[in-house]
Amino acid sequence: MSAASAHWPAWHEASALELLAPLLSLPGPLLPALHAVQAHFGFIPPEATALLATTFNLSRAEVHGVITFYDFFRREPPGQRIVRLCQAEACQAMGSEALAAHAKAQLGVDFHQTTADGRVSLEPVYCLGNCACAPAMMIDERLHGRVSAARFDALVLERESA
Amino acid sequence: MITVYVPRDSAARSVGADEVAAAITHEAARRQIPLHLVRNGSWGMFWLEPLVEVATPAGRIAYGPVSAADVPGLFDANFQLGGTHALRQGLTAEIAYLKNQERLTFARVGLTDPLSLDDYRAHEGLQGLQRALSMTPDALVETITQSGLRGRGGAAFPTGIKWRTVLNTEAPQKYIVCNADEGDSGTFSDRMIMEDDPFTLIEGMAIAGLAVGATQGYIYLRFEYPDAWQTLNEAIATAYAAGVLGASVLGSGKRFDLEVRLGAGAYICGEETSLLESLEGKRGQIRFKPPLPAVQGLFGLPTVINNVISLATVPVILARGAEYYRDFGMGRSRGTLPLQLAGNLARGGLVEKAFGLKLSELLYDFGGGSASGKPLRTVQMGGPLGAYLHESQFDTQVDYEAFSAIGAMLGHGGLVAFDDTVNMAKMARYAFEFCALESCGKCTPCRIGSTRGVEVVDRLLAAGDKTRDLALLNDLCDTMTHGSLCALGGLTPLPVQSALKHFSEDFGLQNPAKRSHSA
Repeated sequence: MSAASAHWPAWHEASALELLAPLLSLPGPLLPALHAVQAHFGFIPPEATALLATTFNLSRAEVHGVITFYDFFRREPPGQRIVRLCQAEACQAMGSEALAAHAKAQLGVDFHQTTADGRVSLEPVYCLGNCACAPAMMIDERLHGRVSAARFDALVLERESA
Repeated sequence: MITVYVPRDSAARSVGADEVAAAITHEAARRQIPLHLVRNGSWGMFWLEPLVEVATPAGRIAYGPVSAADVPGLFDANFQLGGTHALRQGLTAEIAYLKNQERLTFARVGLTDPLSLDDYRAHEGLQGLQRALSMTPDALVETITQSGLRGRGGAAFPTGIKWRTVLNTEAPQKYIVCNADEGDSGTFSDRMIMEDDPFTLIEGMAIAGLAVGATQGYIYLRFEYPDAWQTLNEAIATAYAAGVLGASVLGSGKRFDLEVRLGAGAYICGEETSLLESLEGKRGQIRFKPPLPAVQGLFGLPTVINNVISLATVPVILARGAEYYRDFGMGRSRGTLPLQLAGNLARGGLVEKAFGLKLSELLYDFGGGSASGKPLRTVQMGGPLGAYLHESQFDTQVDYEAFSAIGAMLGHGGLVAFDDTVNMAKMARYAFEFCALESCGKCTPCRIGSTRGVEVVDRLLAAGDKTRDLALLNDLCDTMTHGSLCALGGLTPLPVQSALKHFSEDFGLQNPAKRSHSA
């Protein structure tokens, strides 16, 4: 198992079926199902496509098409934490590009990549709804505002700010 | 017992509200001061967040922006009794930013505990729904029509007409879908309603259900709003337990069920037909219209699809009457618009005002000018598909028609300010880039045009035949405007061409139009 996937359970069909069971009666269940799979496994494992297709009576192509349409669904395991930097206009007006450059340099990765030690995946995001406290960042599900380079270091690199 | 308020809004939390709340609890215990901590919604004065309030006989007194390190000092100054401190902002209700607003949709936001149904009832909550239960569907739809409410998502289509179509369409099942895919940069009013006054959205959707004969509602929420997801689900559970939702809404025998569904990071799903596709579990590609969603919407059945703010405004219209709401505003823009001040502004936040004020009042009187102290150069109004405005247009009135008259749009009421360090050629390029990134791929002008747009802007900025590239760019914009299936491809030329028109110097071009602006 790669360093990046060490924080998530390996594919296990029985657990996946358990996750899907309560969704069987939902109208239009595919997005809730994909969210459930990703919340558990950290990403959408390749084995999930066939299982979802069988479960919901869809073709594998349809399921694959849906997975690849939405940026949120990952086909690779993420790092231990997912750091999302807002790159939309309101954050651009407050220096988000410089912050992104700083983040990439400090972590040694580009957007859509995971650090070699598997600790951080860096993603761009287009609006976190925190536009009056720009630049904004989200670490997993926790929102941060007024993010300076020093605050980024403290929050992401867990380094004492100057 | 002293009551202290620290917001639970995610923007307040993003700048340390949780840490401040913990420090207050800790310090109060240490000093043996009994106090009741309420996690209220945010008033939307974000430059003052975390904003701590304390209830006094004179009213709530505000302190902000408070950091956890300030808390011992606040206790030393007896803030719990309204004591003097450098961060003291006086009575919350008297802060000019708040006092000068007309809050109808946002009447409770900041004031109440978002998850307390008792608090909600104590502040006019559920009065609209009670009233709706005594009315016929026809009278309900007529009330919304008479109020003049237009879709607050951005398209400004009259809500009453949409509802009328659904009411008049016979079907075994109809749906109310709330578009909570608030993806426009510079907008956060939907998020605030969902986190800071979720019951008003629930109430509005239940009223919509009664009006058109729909028994099932869905809120389609973007994944980028995890706090709203949490709050909405808790509020819905509370509403079921209290009989506001379920088989018999407020004991009326009429059913309304409600469920939140999570999106997955696709801007296009804010377009109503893409959203419906996504709710059905498909790729979020737009549908041809007609048929309208009001006739064939979710799962092919008649569907009211409205923005969060439109639905959250329904309860106040029912509670206070169509005339009360309609008397705010001007021309064909009736009522109020929750505006969102964002980007490079000293005082960013939520400002709900009746239509008719000037953009400059928002930028300077409310917003306090730029955060950086440099002159403001441009404002993008209405999200990533909105026009960039020149300073000479800052006196435009906030009104759907007035904005449309200058080739711009109000959209969802978000406003992003930029100081004079902004490079407008870069912003134009970004508009195409964003369109390329978010295009659903269904129509060619948007799918291919956006990528060609990035390339032609790059060529325009490089040395070369500028006349040829400019003609090509305008031709491309023309094709996208008239040939795209939806607003994403159709409106991307708006930021591009407004940037080109007003800030041609950033593209290395001479433009005679420039001189007439400074006149």
